Amino acid sequence: MQIDLTINQKSYSLELDSRVTLLDAIREHVGLTGSKKGCDHGQCGACTVLVNGRRINACLSLAAMHDGDEITTVEGLSDGELSPLQAAFIKEDGFQCGYCTPGQLCSATGMLQEISEGWPSHVSDSLDGPYELSEAELSERMSGNLCRCSCYPGINAAIRSVGEKA
Amino acid sequence: MREFDYVRATDTARASVEGQGAETRFIAGGTNLLDLMKLEVMAPSKLVDISRLPLDRIEEADGGLRIGATVTNSDLAADPRIRASYPVLSRALLAGASGQLRNKATTGGNLLQRTRCPYFYDTDTPCNKRSPGEGCAAMGGETRNHAVLGTSETCIALHPSDMAVAMRALDAKVEVQGAGGETNSFAMEEFYLLPSDTPHIETILESGDLITGVHLPAPRGDRQVYRKVRDRASYAFALVSTAAVVKMEDGRIADAAVAFGGLGTMPWRDPEVDAALTGEAPSRALFDKAADLLLREAEVTDGTAFKLPLARRVLRAVLEEATA
Repeated sequence: MQIDLTINQKSYSLELDSRVTLLDAIREHVGLTGSKKGCDHGQCGACTVLVNGRRINACLSLAAMHDGDEITTVEGLSDGELSPLQAAFIKEDGFQCGYCTPGQLCSATGMLQEISEGWPSHVSDSLDGPYELSEAELSERMSGNLCRCSCYPGINAAIRSVGEKA
Repeated sequence: MREFDYVRATDTARASVEGQGAETRFIAGGTNLLDLMKLEVMAPSKLVDISRLPLDRIEEADGGLRIGATVTNSDLAADPRIRASYPVLSRALLAGASGQLRNKATTGGNLLQRTRCPYFYDTDTPCNKRSPGEGCAAMGGETRNHAVLGTSETCIALHPSDMAVAMRALDAKVEVQGAGGETNSFAMEEFYLLPSDTPHIETILESGDLITGVHLPAPRGDRQVYRKVRDRASYAFALVSTAAVVKMEDGRIADAAVAFGGLGTMPWRDPEVDAALTGEAPSRALFDKAADLLLREAEVTDGTAFKLPLARRVLRAVLEEATA
């Protein structure tokens, strides 16, 4: 079937089997291999992309369901220069092998937007925002992204350094 | 994944017609369905995508709120009206899954999510829910995440939802559009079916039936608590969870609605528990009596025996908080 995807503000017209996930369409058919396939079951978060500004697991969605949506992958987070989050990951050493990093970056980008919109989390004392990006809030809100190298101290420091400025 | 036809529904009334057929499934978020399709635990021949139908609104209705079926778990948890008047629902939603999944998962899909019984997922083991009559590998197997209430000789699979537990305590009704276009609404205890000897049939939905929304009546109590105990601090299913909606008057419990996750084969609520609490002054003895009633017919295995003392303690803690 024909599917039109808009990825990082560029249009792609693809002829795909209905079974192709959004992640496989991005990686295998468009050739943007930044988004990673980790577990392929929505548990690790390595495939996280932004759809219409919201973070989702690209492995648990069909490409056909995103005809016309605005998709942003890690390749679209920067425009020539690194985004503040990307720069912070380098400064704070937020990775070892790097496999989870694209998902961490997209997820953190979406998460910071959610916090700026005043969304509560499981660990929030009150359901009335606004919320500060405490260590507990950050860990809870990023629990959908695993790092097998366990670089969480660096990842958290990087995200907090950007979140506190936002 | 097996092959399937994909159809995008463009009209709510027509969706039920397009959704007819034993091997047809609706898809909205897809976070559970696609996972199961990858493992070939589910293999529909046709998917009807309802994600762009105008079912994504939360509106005031009949003194309460009507939540459209495709409202995402994130949007529902963050909605100011839900946060203010139905905080137990916000709390339950926020206790489930991850940020990415909540952004995709929908209200209707959450109600219909399947059990996380590992034997249901493992197609190399027998499962009466996946393949009726095949047997049950959970019986005598690893059962830490299984049910103790509402079980049958064929199935002890747990209903995994947090959201539905809060909805059950809030007297929610599920709105269903039938294949003929008519809409009926069902209380949660009518909507879900116990496994009995047909564990593969989990709800009253028939071919073409489409969940269009969930109605929440005005909340019966302003003291609302959701507590979830799990094996890790985040992104895990409940071992035991409890939702309480309580109204206090003159130091007594004027009204109580208590529902449970992690215990039942469906989101659990026991009218005798609510009745035992209503009209009474809160006390440790009263809460213990409520727990006795809740667990009077519990059937445990070696793996689930820990849930009885845990449920007792969680219920006591939740009621202490709700009545304080």
